[in-house]
Amino acid sequence: MRKLALDDDILLTIEKPARYIGNEYNMVKKDPQNVDIRFCMAFPDVYEIGMSHLGIQILYNMFNEWNDVYCERVYSPWTDLDKIMREKNIKLFALETQDPIKDFDFLGITLQYEMCYTNVLQILELSDIPLYAKDRGEDDPIVIGGGPCTYNPEPIADFFDMFYIGEGETKYRELLDLYKENKKNGGSRLDFLKMAAGISCIYVPQFYDIEYNEDQTVKSITPNVNCAPAKVKKDIVLDMSVSTYPKKPLVPFIKITQDRVVLEIQRGCIRGCRFCQAGTVYRPVREKDVEALKETAREMLKNTGYEEISLSSLSSSDYSSLPELVNFLIDEFKEKHVNISLPSLRIDAFSLDVMSKVQDIKKSSLTFAPEAGSQRMRNVINKGLTEENILNGSMMAFRAGWNKVKLYFMLGLPFETVEDNEAIMDLCELIAEEYYTIPKQERNGKVNITASTSFFIPKPFTPFQWASMCTKDQFIGKAKIVKDKMNTLLNKKSIKYNWHEADLSELEGLLARGDRRLSSTILAAYRNGCIYDSWSECFKYDMWCKAIEDTNVDMDFYITRERNTDELFPWDVLDIGVSKSFLIREWNNAKEGKVTPNCKMQCSGCGAASFQGGICFENQN
Amino acid sequence: MKIRIKFSKQGQMRFIGHLDIMRFFQKAIRRAGIDINYSEGFSPHQKMSFASPLGVGLISTGEYFDIEADSAKSSEESLRLLNSVSVDGIEITGFRRLPDDAKNCMASIAACDYNLYVSSEENPITQDIIDDFLSKENILITKKTKKSEKEIDLKPFIYELSVKDNIISMKVAAGSVNNIKPEVVIDAICSLYHISEVRGIYERAEMYANIGTDENPKLVTLESLGDIIE
Repeated sequence: MRKLALDDDILLTIEKPARYIGNEYNMVKKDPQNVDIRFCMAFPDVYEIGMSHLGIQILYNMFNEWNDVYCERVYSPWTDLDKIMREKNIKLFALETQDPIKDFDFLGITLQYEMCYTNVLQILELSDIPLYAKDRGEDDPIVIGGGPCTYNPEPIADFFDMFYIGEGETKYRELLDLYKENKKNGGSRLDFLKMAAGISCIYVPQFYDIEYNEDQTVKSITPNVNCAPAKVKKDIVLDMSVSTYPKKPLVPFIKITQDRVVLEIQRGCIRGCRFCQAGTVYRPVREKDVEALKETAREMLKNTGYEEISLSSLSSSDYSSLPELVNFLIDEFKEKHVNISLPSLRIDAFSLDVMSKVQDIKKSSLTFAPEAGSQRMRNVINKGLTEENILNGSMMAFRAGWNKVKLYFMLGLPFETVEDNEAIMDLCELIAEEYYTIPKQERNGKVNITASTSFFIPKPFTPFQWASMCTKDQFIGKAKIVKDKMNTLLNKKSIKYNWHEADLSELEGLLARGDRRLSSTILAAYRNGCIYDSWSECFKYDMWCKAIEDTNVDMDFYITRERNTDELFPWDVLDIGVSKSFLIREWNNAKEGKVTPNCKMQCSGCGAASFQGGICFENQN
Repeated sequence: MKIRIKFSKQGQMRFIGHLDIMRFFQKAIRRAGIDINYSEGFSPHQKMSFASPLGVGLISTGEYFDIEADSAKSSEESLRLLNSVSVDGIEITGFRRLPDDAKNCMASIAACDYNLYVSSEENPITQDIIDDFLSKENILITKKTKKSEKEIDLKPFIYELSVKDNIISMKVAAGSVNNIKPEVVIDAICSLYHISEVRGIYERAEMYANIGTDENPKLVTLESLGDIIE
């Protein structure tokens, strides 16, 4: 049996040693001597979160299907082990072989949320890899980033050798072949970076010089080597039916956040909500073939022994074969004691029927995401959900026996007024009133309405990328308006209101639209002891504030400032297919409260058709 | 039908706790296609019960759980299927049908064998110490529970105790009434003979049921209560 990187005494002292020993069912075993490339995939958060991520499972499976590659995994050591590793000078290791990360050819880090950036530094430091890409030597792994945060990689650009922009299935083979070729030719690290920069979706930050205007905005982004293109273009899978998918996903020993089979049914979203980054960067919508999905579901359940399967997509209700797929899952697996979980369903007759089959109505709740309280505001954000939809959907559900409703909203959206904030509670009140129109003997006790608000954070490549973001105090003020309004309602006892702290939102806003100058701020925060920032028990707001102050960051510049449409953004070095002119048009439509039809109704010419695939071409005949 | 499954837990798997081992088997049973029964209701669960939780850090060659099933393939085929969907460090070694009126393994357990593999070069617990320890009429120790401390006599619960080189072996009482952990015996020896510490890995080797009486016990392995399915 392989030797573990941590000795028994350590494993018996720390919390959940299973996080660090690997050996999960379906773990891939290869002899590292027999491969050309050792790739370590990292998720910069704790094991239970990282193991729940579908993207890594997809790439882990794809890499390991290739005979010349051995892909292993690493997650952030939890704070207890982090401390011990620093004290005892233990190097971070991969779960499969337990070998040090430093010995690998590649360290791939997925960037799923901004508040993981200090954990990126933790992984690099514990691996004994220099934090700044410019300080790395020939023997250090190539550090490559991927995932949603690469749509503005600038705040962490200095820590990465390269970013892969888009979906990993398409260009990794080419990248790894170049690596092998360069190694064979005795080329240097720099030689490889230059070769890699020639791949259309690979962004090598050190090959770009950034100049700033006097007002601190970006003046120019200029390639400083010939091989680096002026714009790096996102790459995507066009034929989802032949795309690789993990039929034998890893099955962890300890309970993880997504402890079930995850069946991805489509990529992209037709909706075009103006606040949503996933809605633009994953365009165009591409559906998977329903027959292939049935087979995949069957195989995955057999290969894992999981007792639950969940569908994954940005908006499952928009998948055209959803009824067929869901009915198949129920018919085929309900008898075999497989739970079917259906997130992100729009409430209508079909979904209520399905939900009543797969859930316990008494325990489950209906979920709506109107995102804004008033119809005016929902038009501003292009959320095609009307008050009528919500009230009709609720009524149908109430009649079928449900009595719990969850509603999700955002506060601090562009062009929002006090009336819009209060409308959140008006909507809750209307739902409650609707419930009590049902005769007492026919309804199921009291209605329970839970409204939750999050704070709006403008994200790159959305129509709201130009918008001003609220300050912490403004956010809290808005939450108070909602709370006060609730207390005036007749049915206030049926309504519960939750809101988040605004500290984290503020920092997320800073990093989301930040530029390359923020790397020193992130490093300063890390040096101040910040790590696991998205965990409330670890989050050190004061230490982040100190880092911001010490590195002279003007928060207003990054957060509250409304941008002009002619401003050059740090992320404008990337081309996601959706054009800037479309985003500007949408920003103007938002100002006028004008709704834009979804991709199935009508093409709005966003630019994603340039990929020559997906929904942009399906509906043309 | 009732089926008793025996397995071993070796090497790195000793860092996986009891609840996670249960979850592992719930999935392994499904992967292997064992025809296990489920409870009724909206969230049905497998009818499966474990004999005795094994603490994190211990290895074992004698772990047990019982399941209820509608049908079963032969013991040989079932073992092959289960082992084909297991992981390094967990081996399924027994799959036997129990009589329909058999008590479940948790209720049956009366004693356990343990070994301590002493990791230091010289085992401080010598044969002389063991002989002297066993010759005592009673061995009083303080047993701490969450609520209180009470003094108990360990002696009647130690059925066997021996040492050979670096391996200390014992058979002690187990079950819901008098469950003796092997560390308790070793700690008692250490405090009596002023030994500061004995480091090593504990192994549970076997579990027994008492098919005799309280006065005249007859211990047999939990496995032997079932029959091989042909």
